[in-house]
Amino acid sequence: MPLLLFLGLAAAFFAGLGRDPHAVPSALIDKPVPEFALPALLGDRPGLATPDLKGKVALVNVFASWCVPCRLEHPLLMRLANEGVELDGINYKDKTEDATLWLTDLGNPYKRIGADVEGTVGIDWGVYGVPETFVIDRAGIIRFKQVGPLSSDVIHDTIMPLVSQLSK
Amino acid sequence: MMRVLALILGILWATSAQAVLPNEMLADPGLEARAREISKELRCLVCQNQSIDESNAGLAHDLRVLVRERLEAGDSDAQVVAYIVDRYGQFVLLKPRIEPATYLLWLTPALSIVLGATGIAVYLRRRRGSAVETAALSAAEQARLKRILEERES
Repeated sequence: MPLLLFLGLAAAFFAGLGRDPHAVPSALIDKPVPEFALPALLGDRPGLATPDLKGKVALVNVFASWCVPCRLEHPLLMRLANEGVELDGINYKDKTEDATLWLTDLGNPYKRIGADVEGTVGIDWGVYGVPETFVIDRAGIIRFKQVGPLSSDVIHDTIMPLVSQLSK
Repeated sequence: MMRVLALILGILWATSAQAVLPNEMLADPGLEARAREISKELRCLVCQNQSIDESNAGLAHDLRVLVRERLEAGDSDAQVVAYIVDRYGQFVLLKPRIEPATYLLWLTPALSIVLGATGIAVYLRRRRGSAVETAALSAAEQARLKRILEERES
C-alpha cells in the first residue's frame, strides 16, 4: 500500500515536471475575436480591425520592439511570410518610431499592422506576455493561442496543420 | 534606548511597497476603495503570485487603470471582475470560484480530514482488538506467571 501510494505520487509529480506553470489556458479559445479597430502602424500597410479577421483563416501575431523573445521568433515569421502565409500583426505598447525601425531592420512579415499604443486592445485579447500568436477560423473564432515565441516545431506540428484543417 | 525603540517601531510600521501610483488613483475615495479591494483579488499574469494591486508590472498597471475605468463607468464590483475574467479566464481570480470544476480543489481539505479520521478510527479499533486478544491468558499461563513472579520476589 505505501509503495503504491509512492508510485502514484511519483507518477503525478513526474507528469507535472514537463508543464510550464506560466502557460495560462486562454479564456478566448473558441470565442469570437474581440471587437476592436486599431490604426495603422505604418503608412504603407493598413491597420487591423475585427472585420479583417473574418471570412478566412487568419494568423495574428502580437509583437513589440522592446520584446526580446519577439526577436527570436521574427525569422520564423519572415519565413512564413515568404512561403505566402498571410500574417496580421498587433504592435503592443510600442513607440511608433521603434516599431518602424524594427520592421525596417528585420523585415516586415505582416500584411496589416494595428498599433495598440495603450495596450487596451491587448487586454481585450487577453494578452499577458508578448509575443503571442492567435489562429482564427473563417467565422472569426479564435481556435489556438501560442504564448511566447513560436518555434519551428509549433509552426509545423500545430499551427500549419490547424490552418490547413480550418481552410478546408 | 530611544533610538532602538524608534528602529523597532520603524520596522514594525513598515509595510510592503505600494504599487498603486498616485496618478492611477480615483478622486472619489469610495470608488478608489472599491478599486483597491477588487485589485487585491485579481492575479497579475506576469508575476503570477502577486495581485495586480501589489505588482509593478506594466500589465498590472494597465489592469488597475481598467478596473478604475469600469468603476467610473458605473459597473458593479462583480461586473468589473467578470469583465477581466472574460478576457483572462478564471486564473486571474486569486480566490477561485466555487463551482463544479473547482469542487475538488475546495473540498480537498475536508476530504483529507475525513480520510485522516477514518484512518485513525481504523487504527484505534485494530489496536483495541489486539489488546483484547493479548489480555486473555489461559489458566496454565496464569499459573506460570504467578510462579515467575513469586520466584522473583523470593
